[in-house]
Amino acid sequence: MTMEAYEYEDGSISYPGHPRGPGGTEPVDTIDLSEYTGKVVTWTTSTATPPGVREPNTLAIVEFDVEGETVRALGQVTTDDVETGDEVEPVHVEELREPGAGIREPESQDWDGYRFQPV
Amino acid sequence: MERVAIIGASMTQFGQREGEWVLDLLAEAGLECLEDSGVDASDVDHLYVSNMASGEFEGQTGIPNALAHDIDAMPAYTQRVDQTSSSGGAGIYAAWQSVASGASDMTMLVGGEKMTHRTTGEATDVIASLTHPAEYKHGVTLPSFAGLTARHYLERFDAPRDSLAKVAVKNHKNGVDNPNAQFQKEIDEETALESPIVADPLRLYDFCPITDGSAALMLCPESVAEEYTDDYVVISGIDGATDTHVVHEREDPTVMGGVVESGRGAYEMSGYGPDDIDVAELHDMFTILEFLQMEGLGFAEQGEAWELVEDGYTERDTGELPINTSGGLKSKGHPLGASGVAQGVEIYEQLMGEAGPRQVDADVGLCCNVGGFGNCVITTIMEAAR
Repeated sequence: MTMEAYEYEDGSISYPGHPRGPGGTEPVDTIDLSEYTGKVVTWTTSTATPPGVREPNTLAIVEFDVEGETVRALGQVTTDDVETGDEVEPVHVEELREPGAGIREPESQDWDGYRFQPV
Repeated sequence: MERVAIIGASMTQFGQREGEWVLDLLAEAGLECLEDSGVDASDVDHLYVSNMASGEFEGQTGIPNALAHDIDAMPAYTQRVDQTSSSGGAGIYAAWQSVASGASDMTMLVGGEKMTHRTTGEATDVIASLTHPAEYKHGVTLPSFAGLTARHYLERFDAPRDSLAKVAVKNHKNGVDNPNAQFQKEIDEETALESPIVADPLRLYDFCPITDGSAALMLCPESVAEEYTDDYVVISGIDGATDTHVVHEREDPTVMGGVVESGRGAYEMSGYGPDDIDVAELHDMFTILEFLQMEGLGFAEQGEAWELVEDGYTERDTGELPINTSGGLKSKGHPLGASGVAQGVEIYEQLMGEAGPRQVDADVGLCCNVGGFGNCVITTIMEAAR
């Protein structure tokens, strides 16, 4: 499993990837963010969660530094004990929420992914 | 190009409309708007319906045609406008385009949503379905985006938590004088600050409720407006813009690019600037959004909107720039597709001098309708015709 970000022709990186990057250029490579640690930019603990989602659900926006280029990702946190500025690492989870419990067609996307764990 | 006028407006009671469904609500607002404007249904050339998710909420699709039949507006051209929470503003833009282009001499816009028959979790999930798969699988909701952004804003700009509560207190106070508001009840800061946490650091009173309701506007060329009335409002500027679908990919989490860009376009078209606006309806789905829109629209410098709110700058009766005289989404309620239209209804009534106890002294008004978490935004500037 990888936490796949795209690197584009102009050197910019995005997570998730898109057919065109923030500078309008095409992707040229992928980067596995699970090999990096990042810093928590902000976080929240959501108590009103939709069907099939853990409650409470602590989420964070994390910024990674990939050889001088920054890229952010949003994801669940493994604990409710997190602070802005904490260093975290992505850890793989088989099922982030229960497929089919919510409105989205279960087959339309994958449901595994990475939670952020304080280092 | 001839200016586009608004000659009538209506809005249903917002709240929990038990036993009434989206078609009932749309017909109620539509018929009231026809009556308010003095327009016969058979004279409506285009009929637009702003709605985000009647299929998902209720299993009812095809609502523009259903509405045309229910109010006997056939053979009017009909179209549904969906831009999530900004469907109403996008409907104003579509209706404006239909008239400004010459395609229609009389366009009625009706926005509406039926939501309260769903549980909070189900309704939250319907709305969260607008998110990217990479966001959705983490259980991200629109309120959680608000919590993430509010924390960043408060920490970065050293803003006190109380300043967000002041937005809720102000908008609830304004809602008391709006008979169509879902909540007509004042709250104090203590109540807001001690209410249950929904998305830390935000609490229950930082969020708008789930709402049923509908609102409508009648638009036509100014030359046609003069056949119906001496008093009307014109749309002086309007523009829409998008920002990233994936919210965390924005360069600055406290800047909503869609607000900035649509505001810039609306100001440019109207010839007005932030200092010319006398009253504004901003999309306070969450209290933090009122700060971000004030800053994106140039009413405040970045990171300083909270100071203006603390100083009373946005109060209805004493402030320099009254914001959300209607009570805002916070107290009036947020029936998704209706909300942007209802913002237009409030500004129309303010400019016509018909806002009753909510009336402020205003010649030029602005509304900003936000879809997603700033993903799509429409800014509209209106002025009294005479």
